Amino acid sequence: MYKYFPHTEEDLKEMLATCGVNSVHDLFADVPEAARWKGDYQLPEALSEIDLRLFFEQLTHPVNAQQLICFAGAGCYDHYAPSVVQNLVQRSEFLTSYTPYQAEISQGTLHYIFEYQSMIAELTGLEISNASMYDGATATAEAALMAWANAKKATRVLVSETLDPKVRRVVETYAHYHGVPLKLIPAKNGAFDRNALDQELAEGGVAGVVMQQPNYYGVVEDYSGVADAVHEQKGLFILHANPSDLAILRTPGEWGADVAVGDGQSLGIPMTFGGPGVGFMACTEKLIRKLPGRIVGQTLDNRGQRAFVLTLQAREQHIRRQKATSNICSNQSLMALYVTIYLSVMGKQGLREVAEFSYAGAHSLCDKLLATGKCKLTFPGQPFFNEFCVDYDGDLDALLAECTECGYLAGVKVGEHTLMIAVTEQRTPEEIEELVDIIKEHKE
Amino acid sequence: MNRTLYGNLIFELSKKGRKGYSLPHDYDRTHTTAELPQALRRKEAARLPECDELTVVRHYTNLSHNNFGVNDGFYPLGSCTMKYNPVINEEIAAMKAFAGLHPLQPADTCQGALEVYFNLQQSLAELAGLSEFTLNPCAGAHGELTGLMVIRAYHESRRDDARTKVLIPDSAHGTNPASAAVCGLEVVEVHSLADGTVDVDHLRELLADCGSQVAAMMMTNPNTLGIFEPRVLEITELVHAAGGLMYYDGANLNALLGECRPGDMGFDVMHINLHKTFSTPHGGGGPGSGPVGVRQGLESFLPTPRVVFHEEEKQFAVDAPEGALGSIGCFFGNFGVMLKAYAYILTLGRENVKNVGPLATLNANYIKERLRDDFLLPIQGLCKHEVVFDGLADKSTGVTTMDVAKRLLDYGYHAPTIYFPLLFHESLMIEPTENESKETIDAFIDVMHQIAAEAKSDPEMVKSAPHNTPIGRVDDVLAAKHPITTYWKSIEE
Repeated sequence: MYKYFPHTEEDLKEMLATCGVNSVHDLFADVPEAARWKGDYQLPEALSEIDLRLFFEQLTHPVNAQQLICFAGAGCYDHYAPSVVQNLVQRSEFLTSYTPYQAEISQGTLHYIFEYQSMIAELTGLEISNASMYDGATATAEAALMAWANAKKATRVLVSETLDPKVRRVVETYAHYHGVPLKLIPAKNGAFDRNALDQELAEGGVAGVVMQQPNYYGVVEDYSGVADAVHEQKGLFILHANPSDLAILRTPGEWGADVAVGDGQSLGIPMTFGGPGVGFMACTEKLIRKLPGRIVGQTLDNRGQRAFVLTLQAREQHIRRQKATSNICSNQSLMALYVTIYLSVMGKQGLREVAEFSYAGAHSLCDKLLATGKCKLTFPGQPFFNEFCVDYDGDLDALLAECTECGYLAGVKVGEHTLMIAVTEQRTPEEIEELVDIIKEHKE
Repeated sequence: MNRTLYGNLIFELSKKGRKGYSLPHDYDRTHTTAELPQALRRKEAARLPECDELTVVRHYTNLSHNNFGVNDGFYPLGSCTMKYNPVINEEIAAMKAFAGLHPLQPADTCQGALEVYFNLQQSLAELAGLSEFTLNPCAGAHGELTGLMVIRAYHESRRDDARTKVLIPDSAHGTNPASAAVCGLEVVEVHSLADGTVDVDHLRELLADCGSQVAAMMMTNPNTLGIFEPRVLEITELVHAAGGLMYYDGANLNALLGECRPGDMGFDVMHINLHKTFSTPHGGGGPGSGPVGVRQGLESFLPTPRVVFHEEEKQFAVDAPEGALGSIGCFFGNFGVMLKAYAYILTLGRENVKNVGPLATLNANYIKERLRDDFLLPIQGLCKHEVVFDGLADKSTGVTTMDVAKRLLDYGYHAPTIYFPLLFHESLMIEPTENESKETIDAFIDVMHQIAAEAKSDPEMVKSAPHNTPIGRVDDVLAAKHPITTYWKSIEE
């Protein structure tokens, strides 16, 4: 017997007799002989639970998985999630359920998705949010395809050079296979080049413009007038945002964006080597029927109670097949629950405090690094939030290696001499001080 | 599950000034966001809830009581493979040493994580009979799209630009044609025969007609009716002869573990749903994971980043080789899900993994044989891991598949998949998985017979089910006609 298979010899005998066969293999008599697998899988033998635990403990030994003090960001941030988040999402009624097709026994999931949608709408300043998507990168790619489908006579989608290059690569990949021409809006001193944008728009045929706030390099850009200019061309303005910063920063809705996308990882989700995170996507009310992904709506049941249900499914693949707004099937539900619970405990005030904390830490670290005389701002004069770039005067690889040696992940290298550093509320003044000391003392 | 609805929204529990968190006091406050120009800041604070911690804990605990998971009861949802999600796997995925890893930290500081990725992809390759997998896709549909991109990149590399069509059986899951459309391919439907299998004569006609334009054929096997495609070898040969590739939709792979490998049937590219076949929880709709595997010769097209093993240095590394199709995500996909799937494979081991398909198939055939008296079985013969009925055998009562499904909820079961596949009007698709005991299945069968009897004796009661759930049937039309998708919209009303 085996712990995941409850079939006793007696069960097997009775069930096989009911099926009119002698062995379980007879149930595969309809499989052509040449398609049958007769070999033995080259896999290890079964591990007991004790051995399984030992195996993973060895894999997570500090030699194999070093816990570095994290000053890296670039789309994945080391924010703190209160214990209640992880504890509640592990409730098996949430964890082991399927997509909430049967509304009568899925109100738990439908209810929290409705709350999630409300929170995302509020943070982004837009009216509508879907039930979540895989991650920020695919949400951005889907938004670009949405703009393309929305346009009548477009020739291209514009993408800012200050968009995370990893996200851009995903947008390019989707666009290439879907047949959407892209054009890059170049950057000047770490922000999009407004003249270049104006020129592109003047040529017409723009289905949409994709930009990021704060942008990849941490710069908080000024998007005044962009939405109006894009709308004049009947295009969509798509803003990729870090939702954690939206506690403070001007919202995509306030900038006039039609679609806001991004990754919700910064809202209570552990880094876990980059996934799972959660993509969010919000839009204006008039685009609701063009939005990809699941949407939960409010309705009534036959007893007159408020109830929640998957709605506007006529947009989706299981109804529309190749004419659907996207091929996406499920959302990233449990990760949306992380976000919902995180935002419920942090609340109106807590999210702002996290933002202040991170902002103050990043600016304090920046001041101290500049004071060492070994670093200078890569984009002088540009406002930033909790992530910024400095140019290091020396061999950056050697410096980073020494930081790692000392237990610090000092940031992400984004140019030969350019280091991008992120600070969250988890970084203590002592850690900031020590990182500065390592860099100050580092000998070439 | 709770019988009464827990109805408050978190926003309705909020009271000005309440806090549910605590942050350290000691930090350098030299800089504040007030330094940012006014134009860059939001005008008003976001209206997030203000709640104390216990209020939040009770709220989400109560919400969970209005939900139904595999741990609550039998979940015979066809095509979804709702198997047991082992508890130990959750513990492993939550280990702080994994949860605290940043995806861009140097490869020599995260060899353990890279090893999990590499070894899991190798295990999947072995089980699938293919050469290499990428684990980057986040879900099944994401995997389909990635697999089709591999196929397009392959044809592009040969400058065979005419191949813009993809053949898809009319019985396929909706994601197949939708993924093809997103990938810029034109869908051509292949007809099914009356028994639900691919009409090979129609396939021959299509290939004769436009074979040189066929990029690939997508196939699910066992198909969406739970039937093994008996002519699969002939089909893969025909498509290959026309220069197309064969794509295997791994949605139904569970049936075949231990008995067949897609690679051996002639498939070139496939995806696997780790949240189906490899036991990772569905999480109410995600996160899933949809690894994509390819046969030898197609590895170079897989998306970046790729995790590789350098034999000489005995080191795992991250690579972004030329020729790849591009990227379909920033990092390595849903790593947390991979940990659970890998733990599952190690727990099964070579000796148990081969019983997965046979036991799942036994459970499904047993249900088929025992329910065929009261439920209409449109396709005779063996099924694989799932069985499709065409509603109740007695159509005179007016009780539909929807009614049967809703009545099952009253008895503490999740409903089967209903009205899919589209081949029948009253499809009721049951997938029991290998984890369910004979007692569980017998009890379910008894309830199904009971419902069939109720349909005769008291059809109105069945048609108005469910009666014992927190809410009754919902008004879908109202929701769609007048969409209210946020709390803010609901309070404007």
